Order: sequence, then C-alpha cells, then structure tokens
Amino acid sequence: MASNRRGLPQINAGSMADIAFLLLIFFLVTTTMDQDTGIARKLPPMPEEEQEKPPEIKAKNIYVVLINSNNELLVEGEWTEISQLKEGAKKFINNNGADPASSDSPEKAIISLQNDRGTKYVTYIRVQNELAAAYNELRNDAAVNKFGERYVDLNKKQKKEIRKMYPQKISEAEPKNIGGDE
Amino acid sequence: MSKFRKNGKKEMQAISTASLPDIVFMLLFFFMVTTVMRETTLFVTVTTPKATEIKKLEKKSLVSYIYIGPPIKRMQASYGTAARIQLNDSFAIVDDIQEFIASEQEARDEKEVPYMTTSIKADETAKMGIITDVKQELRKANALKINYSTRKGSY
Repeated sequence: MASNRRGLPQINAGSMADIAFLLLIFFLVTTTMDQDTGIARKLPPMPEEEQEKPPEIKAKNIYVVLINSNNELLVEGEWTEISQLKEGAKKFINNNGADPASSDSPEKAIISLQNDRGTKYVTYIRVQNELAAAYNELRNDAAVNKFGERYVDLNKKQKKEIRKMYPQKISEAEPKNIGGDE
Repeated sequence: MSKFRKNGKKEMQAISTASLPDIVFMLLFFFMVTTVMRETTLFVTVTTPKATEIKKLEKKSLVSYIYIGPPIKRMQASYGTAARIQLNDSFAIVDDIQEFIASEQEARDEKEVPYMTTSIKADETAKMGIITDVKQELRKANALKINYSTRKGSY
C-alpha cells in the first residue's frame, strides 16, 4: 500500500532478455525450414457410365512405356534402361514426322505409362521424373531458340506459348494386375 | 584529431546491452513466424524418393497429406511391416480416403476447393499396388490435383 501511494514501482526488465532467449531457443529447435517439394500431376476424372468413344489415336503417336513387377522397362516393345528413357522420349516427341514410325508432331505425341501393382514406387517416380525431364528439356530448348532465354525465366505469356508447343501428355492406363499380387 | 586522442586515453567503455532484448525479440519473431509445427504424429516411416524435376508445393493450407509406408518399429508388433496408409493421426484403409477428402474439402472455403492438392508422401519401398488404389480413390473423390512428394537429388 505504501508503494501504491508513491506510484507504481518499476518492474525490473533485466530478465527480459533471458525470457526472450528461452523462447527463441524453443522456436529454433522446433522450426523446420524444409519446403515440401514434389512432382505435380493431374489425375483424369473417373470415366462416366455412358461415355462417347474417345477419338482414335494413331498408334505411332503413342509412346508406350511399361514397367513390370521386377522394375524393368519395356519401351515401345524394347527392353530399356531408365537412363535411356529420357533421350528416347525426347526423340519421340520431337520427331515431327521425320521417322514415319514415330510421332507426327509434339502436340500429337502422347506418352502412355503403365505399371504393375508390384512395381516399386521409387521406380515409378524415377520414370515419371525422366519423362518430366524430357519435356522440360524440350521446352527449355524451344524457349532458348524462340526467346533467347531459359524456360524458367520467361514471362507467363511466353511460357504458355512454349507449353502449347510441347504439351505434356502423359497418359496413365487404367490399372491392371499383370504380375500378380506381391 | 585532438578530440580522438583524448578519448583514446580513457578506459574502454562497457558496451550497452540494453538493446540485446530487442535483437533477441527480433530473431524470436522471425522464427515464430517461419516455424511450422508438425500437425500429425507419423506412425509410418516415410523416406520420399529422389527426383530432379520438382516443384515447390505452394499454399500449404490447401494441401492434404496422405502418408504411405511401413509402420514404425513400435507399431510393427500390431500392424506388421507391410506398407500402410496413414490419414491424420491414425492408420486407415483405402476405403477411408473418400471420407477423408470429403472432410478436408468441407473444412475449406468452397471457392478454394478446386485448388486443393493432395500430397502423396509415400516411402521408397512402397509398391505401386497401394499407390494405385489410393489414386483410384482420389479419382472417385474428385480430388484430381496430386503431388508425389519427393526430395531433390538424383540417382
């Protein structure tokens, strides 16, 4: 009461730094700086009951990639290493009718990916990654040729134009169980 | 010049620490803002595969996570070692996914629903069978934007 009459006593702020340090250390320890990254994909909607027949696609415009339950790759009927997939896909997409057995143009080229239930997830991601890399490299080349800049440095409109030249068409077949359950 | 000399001969003054709390508070606020508390306790071990063509996952509030992987050691006695699905804080089966997505969509604003992404955090060792099942369920639930969570790196 005596102190009240004299006015409020000053609170000692000397320990404020200690309290702040304590909190700081807590947040330092709990903080995670890592950002979530990943390969973005869009799933096709569920087929409707009465669906129109999809338009016919020439077999030569489809690049068939099969992965079996032993994580082996069959590309266009040939056994292939994953490391060769990117070059093969690039050649196929960028064929522009040069090879009559390959795609007509990048817009028409479709990559069909089919995997088995027994395929390892890591293999699947590697294949997805290689296919994405093939498209990204082609887009980058096109961007350098057309605008003299890398694809990532282009503005939105330019990016859209390049994307139109090389639309990423990766089709995943309805799941099948070829290799049997694990 | 003489002014400096006079000062130099004097004893070193103690540095004032009065602004130390301010500096510490500044750091504190920085870490408080950037920190992301993990919302779920993982019951499955997830080591995401490596990839090079990765994109950052933006708008974290619009992302729902599906974890797939073998149960952690503590849980292996009761749940085995085969890969399992975890939604929120518990193990789930494939049939639970539609309900999970529906509840996630309900929790968000209606306008934001088309921008929602489902991040599949699956372990390297998982088999495609379970992933395919999850993808089929997501298609049925009309959650078509997905993201395969990966680390940066190459094989």
